[in-house]
Amino acid sequence: MALQKPQENYWEEKVETSEKLAVTIAVFICAFMFSVMVIWAIVGKQNPPQEAYKIRPSTFLERAIAFIEKYKVGEENGIPIVEAPPNVDQYIVGRMFQWFPILVLKKDQTYRIRISSIDVNHGFSIQPVNMNFQAVPGYEYVLTIKPTERGEFTIVCNEFCGIGHHLMRGKIIVK
Amino acid sequence: MTETKSITQELMEGERICPVTGLKVQRDAENLIKINAVMAVVSLLIGGIAALLLALTRWEAVHILPADLYYRFLTIHGMNMLVFWIVFFECAGLIFASTIVLNARQVAPKSGYLAFLLMLLGWLTVNYIIFTGNVGEVAVMFTAYVPLKAHPLFYLGYILFAVGALIFCILFFLNVYNAKREGSHSGPVPLFTYGIAAAAVIAVFTLIHGALAFVPVFLWSLGMIENIDASVYRLIFWGFGHPAQQINLTAMVSIWYLLSYLTVGGITPSEKVSRTAFLLYVLFINAGSAHHLLVDPAFGTPWKIFNTSYVIYLAVLASLIHCFAIPASIEIGQRNKGYNKGLFTWLIKAPWGNPAFAAFFISLAIFGFIGGASGVIMGIEQINMRLHNTLAVPGHFHGTVAAGTSLAFMGLTYYVVPLIFRREWLSKFFAVIQPYLFGIGLTIMAISMNTLGRLGVPRRTWETGFLNVPNKEILEMFVGIGGIIAFTGLIIFVLHTVLTLIFGKKLQGSDKPTFPQVAEPSTSKAPISGTLVLALTFFVYLVVMVSINWYWLSRVWEVR
Repeated sequence: MALQKPQENYWEEKVETSEKLAVTIAVFICAFMFSVMVIWAIVGKQNPPQEAYKIRPSTFLERAIAFIEKYKVGEENGIPIVEAPPNVDQYIVGRMFQWFPILVLKKDQTYRIRISSIDVNHGFSIQPVNMNFQAVPGYEYVLTIKPTERGEFTIVCNEFCGIGHHLMRGKIIVK
Repeated sequence: MTETKSITQELMEGERICPVTGLKVQRDAENLIKINAVMAVVSLLIGGIAALLLALTRWEAVHILPADLYYRFLTIHGMNMLVFWIVFFECAGLIFASTIVLNARQVAPKSGYLAFLLMLLGWLTVNYIIFTGNVGEVAVMFTAYVPLKAHPLFYLGYILFAVGALIFCILFFLNVYNAKREGSHSGPVPLFTYGIAAAAVIAVFTLIHGALAFVPVFLWSLGMIENIDASVYRLIFWGFGHPAQQINLTAMVSIWYLLSYLTVGGITPSEKVSRTAFLLYVLFINAGSAHHLLVDPAFGTPWKIFNTSYVIYLAVLASLIHCFAIPASIEIGQRNKGYNKGLFTWLIKAPWGNPAFAAFFISLAIFGFIGGASGVIMGIEQINMRLHNTLAVPGHFHGTVAAGTSLAFMGLTYYVVPLIFRREWLSKFFAVIQPYLFGIGLTIMAISMNTLGRLGVPRRTWETGFLNVPNKEILEMFVGIGGIIAFTGLIIFVLHTVLTLIFGKKLQGSDKPTFPQVAEPSTSKAPISGTLVLALTFFVYLVVMVSINWYWLSRVWEVR
């Protein structure tokens, strides 16, 4: 009766049993889905990191370069390869159209990786494991992360960042 | 006395009585509906052509567009579909719900025309600059994340369009107020108008966020403001970008109720419950803006969880209520027509040859099973880490705004053309097949995109050949083929509508259109057992899908 006005007493009308049942189950589903999210935030092993800082892009770049110079072990196509111990904060910088440096990590070690962008928004997407984070200029995001498999992982940019966006890539090597 | 009479006479000249629904149609309201509807269809055509090119580019074996054109057309597609087609159509809906449905007149018609002019100007400005501007300055997408800088005209057009739409929202409230004041409507408004009112409330705070996001950015693009915080922009933009889709959702649900009434004479099982659900949308749906910020640095976990769940899923609860009440209303209508046997005779014997019904039901099914379910999953804070900015995101919203909202709007158009434009549809055949083509095409496309996204393929990316993804080529082929089928449905809709408006047989005076049929309204309630089974099936499906995605999340690296 979507085009007619309802009966004057529509607020007092009884709700049918089948609708009551459907709504009740729906309430339980909602409560259940919400509880799982809260419980996972407390005991789950995969949660979006909470640690972040405001930082000037130039400062972030300076710190990243100091880190690269200290722990550089090689180069690939002009991009530095860096291997630092797990107790040191690692840096990955996003800029049009590249992620650098290439990090070498050890399997089952926990690392703190600081990511940010020094120009526009970028998407930090580790493939093929498929984990995605937003790199926002002016903010550094600290990922406390433990790689649980060996191999070479591509970092794709999955936030549109300009005409060369699809060329933007980086790499993480897990030994 | 004479004065009152002359006003009444004046009013009488500017109106007609709809021979089918018996509603009073006032000329200004009718004209405003017409011009908004025409612009909606024109935008749909532009966005649709862009859509076909994009689908054939993401099918990388075809890869029809070069990179720069891909990003340009992606912006054209986003703006014309997500903003222009939908908002023009909704403005037509706002006028319809507040005038014709209430037997009332359009107040301040001149401001209505002014609002339309502003929107038209914004439409022209944005399309002109995206089509002709330097690609580096205009391919910034619908989101236009700062500090990616667009041409000032892009932001200006966006703002002009939003201001026009805001005026239509205000006129909606004035119309309803005036209908009550002049006595053309008394008591509670019909459910359809109630739903559209909910959409209009959401639209007001959405458009205010739009202004808060775009006015500073416009000044920044002119060099008058030096710096805009990238994260603050994201927060405020999504106060516009996400609720804008919730306006669509609310308008679409209202149209579902309306179409159930028009196509099978459906009765809403409980006005109280359905209206409460709309109220839940108004109160909680804006929190969904957080969906886009779940893996952002600048927000904490409690904030994310509270908001992303629409405050303990109260807005999802509203959708689950509609997901029962709307099929239930079809069931009641059909059972009243005598299709009373068993659980599902009412559904099997539904008027599947009425394009308005087909569009309505397909839109309802795809919205629930693909769009809604994938949205709830994607909005779970932790699972979002696996889906953020992947192809699963457009996979989700092609199940909501494209297959859901757009198809529902198309369904309504099958009544708007004969009842408002007063033209007989040229071809029954094309009208009947159109919703099926559009729905099937989008289903294939959306499922493939959701799958590719779960395998890590990024959205808004011209080339992804470097990724080693299982079955990537086949899934991309399905994106392309689904896109072609959906486009066929879209272009049939656009051409058929436009040609009918020009060449269709004119209906005069009290002529009743022959197609599509308007059903006799039902008079009594009926059991709703079939719908209960359908709703429970959907609930089980939802819980299973959510659980599978939690399992997939548990397989990735540990992170906190």
